[in-house]
Amino acid sequence: MNYNWNWGIFFEASPEGTGTYADMLLSGLLWTIATALCSWIIAFFLGSLVGVMRTLPSKAANAVGTAYVELFRNIPLLVQMFLWYFVLPELLPQSLGNALKQLPNAPFYTGVVCLGFFTASRVAEQVRAGIQSLPRGQKMAGTAMGFTVAQTYRYVILPNAYRVILPPMTSEFLNNLKNTSVALTIGLLELTARARSMQEFSFQVFEAFTAATLIYVLVNLVVITAASFLERGVAVPGQR
Amino acid sequence: MTSTPMPAPTPSTPVTPPSQAPTDAGFQTGPLVDPAQAKVPGGTMIAIDAISKWYGDFQVLTNCTTKVSKGEVVVVCGPSGSGKSTLIKCVNALEPFQKGQITVADTKVMDKATNLPKLRSRVGMVFQHFELFPHLSITENLTIAQRKVLGRPKEDAQKRGLDLLARVGLSAHANKYPGQLSGGQQQRVAIARALAMNPIVMLFDEPTSALDPEMVGEVLDVMVELARDGMTMMVVTHEMGFARKVADRVIFMDRGEIVEDAKKEDFFGQPRSERAQQFLSKILQH
Repeated sequence: MNYNWNWGIFFEASPEGTGTYADMLLSGLLWTIATALCSWIIAFFLGSLVGVMRTLPSKAANAVGTAYVELFRNIPLLVQMFLWYFVLPELLPQSLGNALKQLPNAPFYTGVVCLGFFTASRVAEQVRAGIQSLPRGQKMAGTAMGFTVAQTYRYVILPNAYRVILPPMTSEFLNNLKNTSVALTIGLLELTARARSMQEFSFQVFEAFTAATLIYVLVNLVVITAASFLERGVAVPGQR
Repeated sequence: MTSTPMPAPTPSTPVTPPSQAPTDAGFQTGPLVDPAQAKVPGGTMIAIDAISKWYGDFQVLTNCTTKVSKGEVVVVCGPSGSGKSTLIKCVNALEPFQKGQITVADTKVMDKATNLPKLRSRVGMVFQHFELFPHLSITENLTIAQRKVLGRPKEDAQKRGLDLLARVGLSAHANKYPGQLSGGQQQRVAIARALAMNPIVMLFDEPTSALDPEMVGEVLDVMVELARDGMTMMVVTHEMGFARKVADRVIFMDRGEIVEDAKKEDFFGQPRSERAQQFLSKILQH
């Protein structure tokens, strides 16, 4: 293989005019983190709501929850990105569609919403599994004490269900973080997109993607460490 | 079943402050039942009127009718699968039923106008598997419903909860979590948790069935005391010793029907139905 290694490339000025290639990757990392965190907020709350709906006695709530999950987890994420970014503005009334297209940082907002809705369907399934793993008597005990359905979920079921699903939820968080790279297809300048442009400008493909890989792994390790602290922090004395 | 005889509680004795109560030192004197709640025996507390219940095509309860008067202790027994747990869960509508009506303290259970959470908050329930909330400390288990359902201030709820914890002899465990207690201790906490709501009636769904044999006594002792304090109780249990000691009436169920509903003396003396006689001869042999 005839390849011209140049690890010093990161400290050379990028053709963008401001800063080095390292700065370019760093700005990509910041967009990745911002997208991951914002979409996770949507995914967590919407996913919890949908997951809870699928455990309620109401048939209507069940149907809505099931429809949501099956819609959003059965369409490829890449296709969903395109639908949100290219198709949705055309379906809206013209003025609203134009406003969406002209929105500053539109790829970021679209990426956040798309990822949030997609990951929510996966979070919903985790939440449902967590709730259904609890003994049936817990719900009964809460109900028998006079809690409303909402109170039973708030004070009894969810605190226990979230503890049960903390490990798979960590995986979902990591998936969500890595899935931000799909948003490069709608023009979000996140880490992978930045590594690609570095490769196109400098032809140093190995250096660029080695750096991106290491950064992803490092960020994920930080998340895993934080999650294990969280797990220890919320562990209930005397359980298991 | 052997449970240690208890001295009759004296309502005037002040409750020991929880901080001074000895560790798991048996039971303190004083009433478990709020004197204001201990109703004069007489009027009807629970009226079960011709209820039937189906799971799909399978009928679990058939035309069950009985009533529990204020201050009365009624034991419900019968072979497994006879519907006794289902019946008791119908009383606070944990299980819906399709026909008939249950009235608790003049409130209809199956009625759209009934505020079920409010009704349930006045009906204490103790479960076979305790069902303490595992993520909450014992104190929080005792106070959460008082605060969130009854709206009691934190201090009042805590005082009431810790008083009752002392009454079941578990003050030293106030800051522990359910998983750190034995089954018998958990069930005593569960009884205290139900009593903390000042219930007008207590329902027990096989409260000793999930316990190791040596822990059955400590739970039954609390229940005996509760009965003697005048609490209205409906108890699903196989503990015939408990029934003999404190029950006023015994209901025998089989295949979803109330087969026998008799005064304790009559039930243990001369059950009218053959099925009840068979049941008794089986469980009393050992």
